[in-house]
Amino acid sequence: MKRVLDILLRYLVAAFSLLFLWQIGAWALGPYLLPAPLDVLEAWAQAMRGPDLPMHVRSSALRVLAAMALAWAVAFPLGILLGYRRLIDRYVSPMVFLTYPLPKIVLLPVFLTLFGLGDLSRILLIALTTGYQILVVTRDGIRHLDARYLDAFRTLGGSPAQLVRHVLMPAALPSAMTSLKVGSGTAVAVLFMAESFATQSGLGFLIMDAWGRGDQLEMFCGILSMSLLGLVVYESCHIAEKVLCRWKQLENRR
Amino acid sequence: MNDGMLRVVSLSKRFGQNTVLSDISFTLPAGSSLSIIGPSGCGKSTLLSIIAGLTNAGEGQVMLPPSWKTAFILQDYGLFPWKSVRDNLALPLQLRGVGRAERFAAADAMQKELGLEGLEQRFPVQLSGGQRQRVAIGRALISRPDLLLMDEPFAALDAITREHLQNLLLDVWQRRRMSFMLVTHNVAEAVFLGRYIMVLGTKPATMKLWLENPCFGSTSSRNSDTYFSLIRKVHRALEEAETPLREREPA
Repeated sequence: MKRVLDILLRYLVAAFSLLFLWQIGAWALGPYLLPAPLDVLEAWAQAMRGPDLPMHVRSSALRVLAAMALAWAVAFPLGILLGYRRLIDRYVSPMVFLTYPLPKIVLLPVFLTLFGLGDLSRILLIALTTGYQILVVTRDGIRHLDARYLDAFRTLGGSPAQLVRHVLMPAALPSAMTSLKVGSGTAVAVLFMAESFATQSGLGFLIMDAWGRGDQLEMFCGILSMSLLGLVVYESCHIAEKVLCRWKQLENRR
Repeated sequence: MNDGMLRVVSLSKRFGQNTVLSDISFTLPAGSSLSIIGPSGCGKSTLLSIIAGLTNAGEGQVMLPPSWKTAFILQDYGLFPWKSVRDNLALPLQLRGVGRAERFAAADAMQKELGLEGLEQRFPVQLSGGQRQRVAIGRALISRPDLLLMDEPFAALDAITREHLQNLLLDVWQRRRMSFMLVTHNVAEAVFLGRYIMVLGTKPATMKLWLENPCFGSTSSRNSDTYFSLIRKVHRALEEAETPLREREPA
C-alpha cells in the first residue's frame, strides 16, 4: 500500500510539473499558439459530455485495441513457430527481416485502395506495425530459450502441443508482452496518421480537422484525448505483463 | 520378459571419435539402487540418458520391463520458472490428462511427504536450493515411477542440506521401494545411496568396479565400518580409473 501511494505521489508531482511547464509555454506563446492547460482541461471536460468527442475517442480506441489484438493473435504464435522450427525459420525469416525496416505507414494509401476506406485498412496497418515487433522479439526469445527447459520437458514426455502450452508460450511471454507494451506507443502514433486521411471519425481526424479550422482549443482536446488513450493502453499492457509474468518480476527483483 | 529388472548388455556409445561408454553390462533388480561414480567425462550422464531413452544406445542393449515407468531428474533440476511449486509438481499428471482436483491433491500430498508444505504458491526463484531439489524429486515421484534416474542430484547443495536430502531420498525409498540410479562425484554419497556401486573409468570408458553394499538402506549406515571400508575401496578404484589419464598429460 505504501508503495502504491509512493508511486501515485511521484506521478502526481510529474503531472503537475508538466502542466506547469505547459502553463509557462502558454504564457510565453499566447492562447492562439498554445492554449493554457486549465482552459484545455475545462474545454475537454465539457467536450467529453457532448456526443462528438466520446464518439471519436470510442472509434480510435476500438481501432487501436482491435489492431493490437490482431497483431498479438498473429505475431505471437508465428514468432513461436519460427523460433522453434528452424526449417520454416530458414525460409520465412529472410522475408521478415527484409520487410522489417520498411516504415509500414507508407503503405497507408495502398491499404486504403486495397481494403477500402473503412476501419479494416487502418486496423491492418496498425496491426502490421505492432505485429512485426512482437514477431521478431518472440522469435528471438524462443531461439535463445535455455535448452534445459526443453530437456526437462522431454524427460516428462509430453506432446508437441503440450510443449507449446507449458514451455514455449510461457517462456516467450515476458519479452513478447514487453514488446506489445513498447509497441503500444507506436500503435497510437500510427493510429493518428491512419485517421488523418479519408475518414470522419477518430481522434486523428478530430485533431487535423480542428487544426484546419484554426480551433486551437478543440485541437488540444484531441491531443489530450490521444495522449490519455496512449497512456491507458500502455498502462493496461504494463499491468497485464505484471500479472501474467509474475514469476519474471520476482526473478528481476533478486 | 526380463523378470522385473533392468538389464544393460554390452552397451557402448561413441560421439564421433570419442568413446564415452565401452562394453558396459549389469543388471539392477527391481527395488534396488545403483550409484555410478567416475571421473569427469566418463559418460556417466550419457549412461543415464540412454537408460531414460533420451539418447540412443550406440551398440548393445538396455532392457526394461515393459510396464516400468521411468522418471529423470536433471542435474539442474529442470523446474519451470513460470510454474508455481504446485503446478511444477502436478505437471507430469497434467500432461497425462489427470483432472485438476486430482492432480492438485496429489501435489499437496507430495508436498507433505517432502516437507514442502505452505510453498505451493511459490515460484522456483523464491525457493532455496534444497527446496528446489525437493520439488524436482517430487515432480519425478508424482507419476509413481518404477525407476528413478538422477544426474548429480545433490551437487549444487551445501553439505548439511545435501545430507538431509540423501536421508530424505532413502526415506522415500523405504516407503515406495522404487529402483533408482544416481550419478555422483561424491564417494560418500555413492556408497550411502547405492545398493550397488559402479565405478566407471575414462579411456577406455569401461566399468572399473562393481560393488555390492550390504549396509545400504538405513540412515545409520553412515557410522558403520562396512560403510567406511567401501568408501576406501571406491576411492582406490577411482584413483586407478584416473591414473591413465594423468600419465597421458604432458610433463
